[in-house]
Amino acid sequence: MSVNENVPFEQGELLRFITAGSVDDGKSTLIGRLLHDSKSIFEDQLSSITNTTRKRGMAGVDLSLLTDGLQAEREQGITIDVAYRYFATPKRKFIIADTPGHEQYTRNMVTGASTANLAVILIDARKGVLTQSRRHAYLASLVGIPHLVVAVNKMDLMDYSQKVFDEICKDFAAFANELNLHNIEYIPMSALNGDMVVDRGDKLPWYKGVTLMNLLENIIIDHDMNLADFRFPVQWVCRPRTEDTHDFRGYMGRIESGSVRVGDAVTLLPSGLTSRIKEILVYEGSIEQAVAPQSVTLTIEDHLDISRGDLLIKAGGEPPRVTKEFDAMLCWLSDQSLDPQRKYLVKHTTRIVKAVVSGIDYRVDVNTLKQETVDTLKMNDIARVKLKVQQPLICDDYERNHATGSFILIDETSNNTVAAGMIVSLQK
Amino acid sequence: MNNHPFTHLDALESEAIHIMREVAAECANPALLFSGGKDSIVLLRLAEKAFRPGHFPFPLLHIDTEHNFPEVIEFRDRRAKELGERLIVRSMEDSIKKGRVVLRSADQSRNAFQSVTLLDAIAEFGFDACIGGARRDEEKARAKERIFSFRDEFGQWDPKNQRPELWDIYNTRTHPGENIRVFPISNWTELDVWEYIGRERLEVPHIYFAHMREVIRRDAGLLPVCHLVQPKEGEKIENVMVRFRTVGDMSCTCPVESDAVNIDEIVAETAITRITERGATRMDDQTSDASMELRKKEGYF
Repeated sequence: MSVNENVPFEQGELLRFITAGSVDDGKSTLIGRLLHDSKSIFEDQLSSITNTTRKRGMAGVDLSLLTDGLQAEREQGITIDVAYRYFATPKRKFIIADTPGHEQYTRNMVTGASTANLAVILIDARKGVLTQSRRHAYLASLVGIPHLVVAVNKMDLMDYSQKVFDEICKDFAAFANELNLHNIEYIPMSALNGDMVVDRGDKLPWYKGVTLMNLLENIIIDHDMNLADFRFPVQWVCRPRTEDTHDFRGYMGRIESGSVRVGDAVTLLPSGLTSRIKEILVYEGSIEQAVAPQSVTLTIEDHLDISRGDLLIKAGGEPPRVTKEFDAMLCWLSDQSLDPQRKYLVKHTTRIVKAVVSGIDYRVDVNTLKQETVDTLKMNDIARVKLKVQQPLICDDYERNHATGSFILIDETSNNTVAAGMIVSLQK
Repeated sequence: MNNHPFTHLDALESEAIHIMREVAAECANPALLFSGGKDSIVLLRLAEKAFRPGHFPFPLLHIDTEHNFPEVIEFRDRRAKELGERLIVRSMEDSIKKGRVVLRSADQSRNAFQSVTLLDAIAEFGFDACIGGARRDEEKARAKERIFSFRDEFGQWDPKNQRPELWDIYNTRTHPGENIRVFPISNWTELDVWEYIGRERLEVPHIYFAHMREVIRRDAGLLPVCHLVQPKEGEKIENVMVRFRTVGDMSCTCPVESDAVNIDEIVAETAITRITERGATRMDDQTSDASMELRKKEGYF
C-alpha cells in the first residue's frame, strides 16, 4: 500500500512532530521508513544513499543514511543539533524535527520539542524502558508536548512477542503517571522491516491498534491550542500616512491564543486602557472574526498610544500577570555557564527587557528527576529559577499558554541565545 | 474560522508573515532578496500580506549574475514597479570589473560568485538582515539551517555554531558588520510553493510553464541553448517541450521535460515528481555531496 495517492492536498493540516531516541533505537531507520513508504524520498536521494551503502560494503539500502547530514558531521561522525524533514500524505503535511542523541541531547530535544504537536519516543524492544526513555518522557512533559507515542521498535528481534510489548508498556505507563503525562499511545513495530510504520505487515496480528502513519494522519490536534484567552502581542504599528489612509493606525501581529470579533471590548496591557475592536483586516479585506494562529491587522475605536511589545486581551476571561518577578523552568543552552552576577536580555512575545537570574531553586537530574542544589547552570542543565526583569512582562503560565509563557535569554555581549524558559506559577 | 478550515498553507503563511514583521520591527536595515524566481515571488505576496496598506519597510535587492533569463529580468522589474516598491540591483559585472570576482572563463557558471557581490551590496548599504526565499527541503545543508541564520562579519555560516531557535521567539541581534539571513518560507516544500502560487493566483515568468526550447543533453541533464551554452562536439541541438523548476544562471540551470502549461498541471506534476528540485535542475549542486554547504560557508544565500 502506498499512502501517497499522488493528488494535491491543499486542504490538509500541518502536524509537527519530534522523534526521540538514539541511533541504536533505530530512529534514523524509522524516519527513513516513514519517508520511503510514504514515497517522500526522491530518486536522486535514494540513488545517492544506495551508492553510499555500497561504498561502506553493505547490501541493500541503509535508510538511516537519509538523515545523515553535513560534511562536518560525516567527517567527525557526529550529528549537529536539529534537522527538519518534510513529507506529506493526502491528509496532512508533516514536519519532523530530527534531533540526534548523545551528550547535547537535552538542549536539542527541548529545541525540537518547542514547536511539536507530538513526540514519538523510541524504545528498543530488547532493552525495554531505559534511563534515556525516562529522560525523553520528562523533557516531553517539561515542554508540554500534547501527544506522546511510544514506538516499541525492533520487535523482529524479540519474535514479535506480545508479552515483551505489554511489559514495556506497563513500565512506561508507571513512569509517565508520575510525570502526569496522559494521551500516550503505544505501537509495536519493526522500522527495519516496515511493520506497523506505514503498512501493518503480517507479523503483529495480535496488535489491534493503528499504524504509526495512521495515527499521525488522524490524531486530533486542533484542541491543543488555547482557544479561551485572547492574546495579541503587537508586533508592528502600521501608519502609512498616505492621502487615502491618512488617519489609519493598524496594529499588526499574530493572534497567539483565543479569538476576536469586531466590536469586542479589549484591554491594552500593561497600561490597562480599554477600547473596542473596530476592524479585523487581512490582505483580502476585512473579516468579522479571527482565531489563533492567524496573522492579522487590528484597528480600534479609540486613539490609544499603542506600540510594539504591548498586549491586547479581551475584557473578562483569565487575565495574564503583569509582573517584574517570576519563576521559570530554565533549560541552559550555551557552553558558557550562567553568571548570576550578570544581566541578560529576556525576549518574551514581542518584548525585550533586561533581566537577572536572582536565584536557582534547584536543578533537575533529568535521569533520576532528583532535585539538586547548584550555584550555576551549565549547558543541558534544567533548573527552576527566579528571575527579575527591569520592565514588567505580561505573561501566563506556560502550562496554560505556551506563547505567553515562554521566553529566551540572550547574552548581551555575544548576542547568543543562552537559555530557554517556561514560566511557572508561584503556587507550584 | 470564516467558514474555511485552517489548512497547512494558512499555517505556513501566518508563520511567514509573523517572521517578516519580526524582521521589520527588530532589524535596523533589512532588505528582501528578489530574483524574479518563484520562491521570491511568494515572498513578495507574503510581504504584501504582512505590511499593506503600508509600504514594505525594506527595499528589494537583486544580485544579478547577468547570466539570467531575459524574461525573468523583465518580470523582476515589472513586478517591483507594480508593487511600487524600491528595487536595488547590484551586478556581478561590477564585481568583475573591480577585480573582486575573477572568472576562469567568460561562460563559467556564476552562481558561486554571487556571494561576493551580495556581501559587497550588504556592506555598501549596511544591511543587517536579508530576507531570502530558501527552503529547508531543497538540500541537506538547508535542512539544518535556522530561520534566522546568523552570519559573521565575513558573511560566513558556521553550521556547528548556530543559535538555538525555540518556539517562534527569534533572536535578531547582531553586532555592527554582522548580518542575518532570514528565511520565512524555510518550512515550505516545492509543492507548497506551487499550491500557494495557484491559490493566490500569482504571476510567474513564462519559462516556468512548458514550452518548446532548443536544448542539449549533457551529463544526464538538459541544458538550454543560449549564448552561454553551445553544443560541444558530438552534441546535437534538440527541440524539446520543457519547463524550468528553478530559474538562475543560464549556464547551469537545467529545464525538465514537461507538458505542464498551467499552475494546476505544475502542482500535479510536482506532487508525483521523483527527483528533487535541485537534483533535477542544478549542475552546480552535483559537483560534490557537500557543494551547497561549502558555498553557504562562503556567504552564499
